[in-house]
Amino acid sequence: MRLLKFLIAGTIFGIILSKAEVVSWFRIYEMFRFESFHMYGVIGSAVLVGIVFTQSAKRKELKSMYGDKMVFIQKDKGVKRYILGGTIFGLGWALTGACPAPMFTLVGHGFSIFLIVIASAILGTYVYGLIRHKLPH
Amino acid sequence: MEFIHHPWPWYIAGPLIAFLMMLMHYFGKGFGVSTNLKTICSALGAGKHCDFFIGDWKEQRWNLIFMLGVLLGGVIGGSFLQNPEPIQLSETVVNELEAMGIQNPGANYIPTEIFSWDNLFTIQGFTFMILGGFSLGFGARYAGGCTSGHAISGLSNLQWPSLLAVIGFFIGGIISTYLFIPYLLNL
Repeated sequence: MRLLKFLIAGTIFGIILSKAEVVSWFRIYEMFRFESFHMYGVIGSAVLVGIVFTQSAKRKELKSMYGDKMVFIQKDKGVKRYILGGTIFGLGWALTGACPAPMFTLVGHGFSIFLIVIASAILGTYVYGLIRHKLPH
Repeated sequence: MEFIHHPWPWYIAGPLIAFLMMLMHYFGKGFGVSTNLKTICSALGAGKHCDFFIGDWKEQRWNLIFMLGVLLGGVIGGSFLQNPEPIQLSETVVNELEAMGIQNPGANYIPTEIFSWDNLFTIQGFTFMILGGFSLGFGARYAGGCTSGHAISGLSNLQWPSLLAVIGFFIGGIISTYLFIPYLLNL
C-alpha cells in the first residue's frame, strides 16, 4: 500500500497528460510558436492553484499523512546553471515534443520509439554527472 | 461519457495537475519526474565510477513507481479514453507544418513520419530523437529539474531559480522551433 498510492498518482498524471494533449508534439510546437493558449493555460492554471496551495501549506504548516511537516525543497542559489541547463532542456523539449513525464506516457500510448528518447535522456543525465565539474553553475 | 472522450480543456487539466502535486506532498514526497533518470543511472551502477550517482537509489523507489504509473496512464489515456477526433490545432500551425511536409498534423499525438524506427538512423531522426532526448536528460539535471520540478513545483514555491530555469526552457524551445525544426524538416 505504501508504494501502490504512487502508482495510482502516476496513472492519474499520465491520464491528465494524455487527455489534455500535453503529450502531443504538436501542442508543444504550437506553444513555442505562440499560436495557441492551450499549453499556457495548462501550465499557468497549475501554477496559480499550486501557489495558493504551497503558500498556505507553508503558512499553516500542513502535515503529510504520516504526520511530518510537508517538505518544499528550496532550490540552490545560482543563475548560470538554471539559464544554461534550462536552455539545453528547452532545445530537447521542442525537438522531442515531450518532457520527462510525457516521454513515458507516449510509450504507454504504444509509441515504442520513445524508448529511444528515454534511453537518450538517461545517457544525457549520465554525461552531465561525468562532466558537471567542468560546467559553470 | 462524452466528457471522457473529449479532450480536457486547460482549466480542468491545470488545476488537476496542481491537485496531484498537493497529493504528492500529502504522501510526504514531492513532484519531480526527471530525478528518476538519475535514479536509473544509480541503479545501473553509475555510482561506481562517478560520485554524482552515489546514494541509495532504493530510497527513490516510490518515484520510479510513480513513473511507471505515468506510463500506465498513457496505456489508459491512449486506448479506451482516447479522443477519436484529430487534435484541434491552430490553422496557422497546421498550414505551416503541412508546407514543411508533415501529413495531417494533429491526426495523431506525434508526427509519425519523424518519430519512427525507420527514421531513427537518418540525420533528421537522430537529431529529433537521440539528440533531443540527450538534451532533455542533460539539461534537466544541469538545471536541477524539469517541467514538474521547476515550472510547476518551483514556481508554486515562488523560487527565483525555477523562474530562471523556465526562462531557459523557452529560450531553448524557441531556438529549436524557429531554427532547427524548419531546417530538419526540409532535409
